[in-house]
Amino acid sequence: MKKVLLLALTVLALTAGAAQAGITLNGAGATFPYPLYSKWFYNYEKQTGTRVNYQSIGSGGGISQVKAGTVDFGASDAPLKAKELREANLFQFPMVAGAVAVVYNLPGVGSGLKLKSQTVADIYLGKIKKWNDPAIVKDNPGVNLSAMPIIVAHRSDGSGTTNIFTWYLEDVSSQWKLEVGSGKAVKWPVGIGGKGNEGVAGVVRQTKGAIGYVELAYATENKITYATLGNRDGGFVAPSTEGCIAAAASAKVPDDYYARFTYAPGKDSYPISGFTYLLVPRNLEPSNMKAFAGLVGWAFEKGDKDAKALHYVPIPDKLKDRIKADLKKLAK
Amino acid sequence: MAGSIKRSGKFDIERAFRGGTAALALSVLVLGAIIVYELFSSSGPAFDRFGFGFITSRDWDPVSELYGALPFIWGTFYTSILALVIALPLSLGIAVFLTELAPVWLRGPIGFMVELLAAIPSLVYGLWGLFVLAPIMQEHIQPFLAQYDYLPFFKGYPLGLGIMTASVIVAIMILPTISSISREVMYTVPETQREGGLALGMTRWEVVSKVVIPYSRSGILGGVILGFGRALGETMAVTMVIGNTPQITMSLFDPGYTIASVLANEFAEATEKVHLSVLVELGLILFVISILMNSAAKLLLWRMNRYGSGSGS
Repeated sequence: MKKVLLLALTVLALTAGAAQAGITLNGAGATFPYPLYSKWFYNYEKQTGTRVNYQSIGSGGGISQVKAGTVDFGASDAPLKAKELREANLFQFPMVAGAVAVVYNLPGVGSGLKLKSQTVADIYLGKIKKWNDPAIVKDNPGVNLSAMPIIVAHRSDGSGTTNIFTWYLEDVSSQWKLEVGSGKAVKWPVGIGGKGNEGVAGVVRQTKGAIGYVELAYATENKITYATLGNRDGGFVAPSTEGCIAAAASAKVPDDYYARFTYAPGKDSYPISGFTYLLVPRNLEPSNMKAFAGLVGWAFEKGDKDAKALHYVPIPDKLKDRIKADLKKLAK
Repeated sequence: MAGSIKRSGKFDIERAFRGGTAALALSVLVLGAIIVYELFSSSGPAFDRFGFGFITSRDWDPVSELYGALPFIWGTFYTSILALVIALPLSLGIAVFLTELAPVWLRGPIGFMVELLAAIPSLVYGLWGLFVLAPIMQEHIQPFLAQYDYLPFFKGYPLGLGIMTASVIVAIMILPTISSISREVMYTVPETQREGGLALGMTRWEVVSKVVIPYSRSGILGGVILGFGRALGETMAVTMVIGNTPQITMSLFDPGYTIASVLANEFAEATEKVHLSVLVELGLILFVISILMNSAAKLLLWRMNRYGSGSGS
């Protein structure tokens, strides 16, 4: 009996020792960047031997787990406010950016219908009800628009995409700001809800006269017709990584990295763009913090190609340098 | 007593067996108690804030943190009852055909296919509903029904997605439950009962409606309750097709919302404490509804067996 126990303990000690040799980082959170993160983390382990587990359980779960200290880092599509960060002693920073496309289903009309941002807001407020409304017709001479009713579709699940989209509507329309506001889930004045990008895309595809919003990657890969949107400086910009980069470049990013750059100035800026964030406890144990800083630095230096291939937008270089410097300080 | 016979010298297998199975059975009670406790304690903040008004309020505004459960309770009951209305005649028809009318070689294949419906994952039903059934509804069925728009059920713009499509999907999902239980119960009707009916000069229809169904009605009711329970809690498929709009409406064309759907939609990304707590409270409400439904059914069965000419009498 004693011999068996001894053997078991030895095996346990050996395996525990082996696990400590290579550091494993555990993360949890947002689903939106999951395809990119899983690709990054896979490549990172192959190159460095540091293993990163990431569970895409949603931003809410990511935030509460990182606060509880059950994971090394969390991921959230919407940034936390300064007060919440301070209370939880967290450091947050943007990892990558993305754009949201406004998509529609109008028989005979391809991509590129021009919509002023105010028009988009009025549609989502239920004030513009038909596709031949003067506000739409005026910007699209020569396009055949009928009196078809506009069916508004939105995300029904709480999502970072909705957060960015409602930020944009708030920036554009004071009525939206007053009556609805912004967040990952809001009280929609009109329309029907679809779950996930595929749910909204499903509604838009199946329903003639429907309009919705989905992540840019989802719209491009599934070839859904999308609108060209009017920006703050009066230009009309199609959703693209370039438009998103232009918008991100104009963003003023404070020390806590809480950045909101929807409806950004600049004639090339695409108006519905935003960051997705990582959160890390400031007092993470030094060895893990060092590994984490290494991971982020690697992703910033070597990860842009993967990001672009998956329709994500790398954050500006200046911002990367700032974040790397901050992480270096934390890892000391 | 068999339990007291000791078969082996040092180890009393009968006692261990009894103790072991009792422990397994009790673990269900313990688990239930833990769930109830957890639901109660986590929904505390929501209850402190909204009290019982939560159940009757129609607001659902996460931005200004105003929450009410009524549209979700309404949607849950409305879709489930509609699903039952659609599924019950279908299931009974299948069960009667299989037990009373079908040639023996056909029973196996049809019974197998019906049970196969139960094996299809919920998400597959949802996607099928979204991409196949909803367009059919929007282009063919709902425009036809819209002619009868003097009825409150067929008002508004035919969207395809909404209460009607959700109910049809749920009906298909609960159909195997109700039909296979009904079938099994009908098989247990003694052959002498049927022969007695036939000997009295009854037709097939009369045998089924006056002998087989009355004889097996408590079992059928059991199937209905199981099916209804599944309908109340059905999540993924409903979420994909119901349109997820918290409103109280009679029209089957309109989008609605159910308790299970709002949990699936908002739980993962709910970061505010009150929001999270409100969702747990909705879960508690669903739990209570299920218990009430089951108790009501038990009571009904009991009364039926006591006063009615129910099974075996």
